[in-house]
Amino acid sequence: MNSTYNVDNKGYYGEFGGAYIPEMMYSNIEELRSKYIKICSETSFKKEFDELLKDYVGRPTPLYFASRLSEKYNTKIYLKREDLCHTGAHKINNTIGQILLAKKLGKTRIIAETGAGQHGVATATVCALMGIECIIYMGEIDISRQAPNVARMKMLGAEVRPATSGSKTLKDATNEAIRDWINNPIDTHYIIGSVVGPHPYPDMVARFQSVIGKEVMNQLETLEGTKDPNYVIACVGGGSNAAGLFYPYLDNNNVKIICVEAAGKGIKSGKSAATSILGKQGIIHGSKTLLMQSKDGQITEPYSISAGLDYPGIGPMHANLYKSKRGEFYSINDAEAMDWGLNLSRLEGIIPAIETSHAFAVLDKKEFKKNDVLVFNCSGRGDKDLDTYIDYFKL
Amino acid sequence: MNRINKVLEEKKDILSIYFTAGYPNIDDTEKIITQLTRSNVDMIEIGLPFSDPLADGPTIQESSTTALNNGMNSIKLFDQLKDIRKKTDVPLIIMGYFNPILQFGVEDFCKNCQTVGIDGLIIPDLPVEVYEKEYKSVFDKYNLLNMFLITPQTSNERIRFIDRVSKGFIYMVSSFSITGAVNSFDENQKNYFKRINSMDLKSKLLIGFGISNNKTFLDASKNSRGAIIGSAFIKFLKNNNKDNIAEFINSVRGESSSKH
Repeated sequence: MNSTYNVDNKGYYGEFGGAYIPEMMYSNIEELRSKYIKICSETSFKKEFDELLKDYVGRPTPLYFASRLSEKYNTKIYLKREDLCHTGAHKINNTIGQILLAKKLGKTRIIAETGAGQHGVATATVCALMGIECIIYMGEIDISRQAPNVARMKMLGAEVRPATSGSKTLKDATNEAIRDWINNPIDTHYIIGSVVGPHPYPDMVARFQSVIGKEVMNQLETLEGTKDPNYVIACVGGGSNAAGLFYPYLDNNNVKIICVEAAGKGIKSGKSAATSILGKQGIIHGSKTLLMQSKDGQITEPYSISAGLDYPGIGPMHANLYKSKRGEFYSINDAEAMDWGLNLSRLEGIIPAIETSHAFAVLDKKEFKKNDVLVFNCSGRGDKDLDTYIDYFKL
Repeated sequence: MNRINKVLEEKKDILSIYFTAGYPNIDDTEKIITQLTRSNVDMIEIGLPFSDPLADGPTIQESSTTALNNGMNSIKLFDQLKDIRKKTDVPLIIMGYFNPILQFGVEDFCKNCQTVGIDGLIIPDLPVEVYEKEYKSVFDKYNLLNMFLITPQTSNERIRFIDRVSKGFIYMVSSFSITGAVNSFDENQKNYFKRINSMDLKSKLLIGFGISNNKTFLDASKNSRGAIIGSAFIKFLKNNNKDNIAEFINSVRGESSSKH
């Protein structure tokens, strides 16, 4: 199949993607690039991956018809319940895939970056599952504001190393993880948590997450008699939950794609993470994509109330969806997202992660028709955000 | 002939020194270059600071952060360098990450380099393949050499490819590790130096990463055309007066201060 919006054989999505890496990373990236498709296509790999997703992660996750929400907005709204995955979000689909890949590559040591700690927990979880050494890089500032997730990683046996350089947040944790990999090129695999970084990471992570979209196709056929919803809608930080939902629909023009970014305190406030609007094409963490940067090309620090959305870049797949207008992009500010955390809780009895709350706010921004079928990726649950919700709503 | 090639042809035990532009103070660039020139270094690498320098260790990252806070950027650097060729004949190389150069405009950047008298560039996160396909013609147009890195992990086949594309020196990363000073080379490193030297490459080699003192400089020079020092010099600048740069250079060369 000749795909337009998926990755090409050189690792690009349109003009975005590629592998802009220092030579010190070349052998690792080349090893992955030359082997990932072959390994992931092996029967034994697929069997183990599918079994773990079923028995350990709890897949397939439900596709739930949200009747009260649908009634309120006079349209048909389905939620893909990734919040019901083990560890509370979609992140674990990717870490299961990558840990199996790392084992096939003979790697004995795992490193990962984490911002809010969700990917760190998902990585520490699969390392515990497989009995593999695990080191998580996390910005010093994030460590102090995400104590419960730091404790989870430690309980799972991971070492949490603070990133003390630069802005001491996610992008610096990523830099430190990359440096670790450069220093340990032989025994170590780096589990990147989103569809970012040099090729083949964006494609590899999207493939592991594509189980989300593939399940939706089957489930929707049973529920609605068609595999195609009118809209697939997801929040985008780096973009992995969105990539997973969109994957089987990328080249299906019957299905419209909506990406929701975090506007933080507002697009023009200087405290935002709306990368598609505020970003310019450039290079971040080995990928040519849209990123927030100064006029001089220095990477700037994004802001969102949701720690999972404050990455200064977006995945190259999403950059291409934006540039080509295949995807419709919205930016939702902190207050709108927080209100939707409450809305979804009270209308459907589901407390969403703040990242996830952003996606639902589209319902107030765009008119949908009565017969439109909307699939939202309910990417994570709100337990990890309780402190923020408590502070915000004075609960 | 490009100044870099001239030095590579004529000299052995080449000493190339890296410093971060805008560190420790914004206006130190000319003074550091002048002092390095007086200290008889053979090449100078001017670091254009970047917010996220993946291939550098903590010392250089810290100096980059300081330089950025001091207000360093490409425009400022070219302005500081506009009369530099009245002060030095030493080959000058700009080392910088690709994004700031991309945002400046690659062709504009190269043009400015030529205008102020820069001889070459090192851009660690611009892969050789992308350079060859998209930017080589621009570099050639402005008579700029692009230097590539190899590491102990680089295959012989890839080294041959890099050697074919290279017109300056090949920057031989001494170990797996990112920049930072070590005291001496181990057996693995020595075997790696041997392997590369037995390949009989057309490009001259300079060894960088982990060179900090006379011992590592001499070891590196034995195995290549010379060595590049970065972190150790940044540390020197952090703790010492810029007027004493010659002392640092002489200590690396193993010479007394009075010799030159």
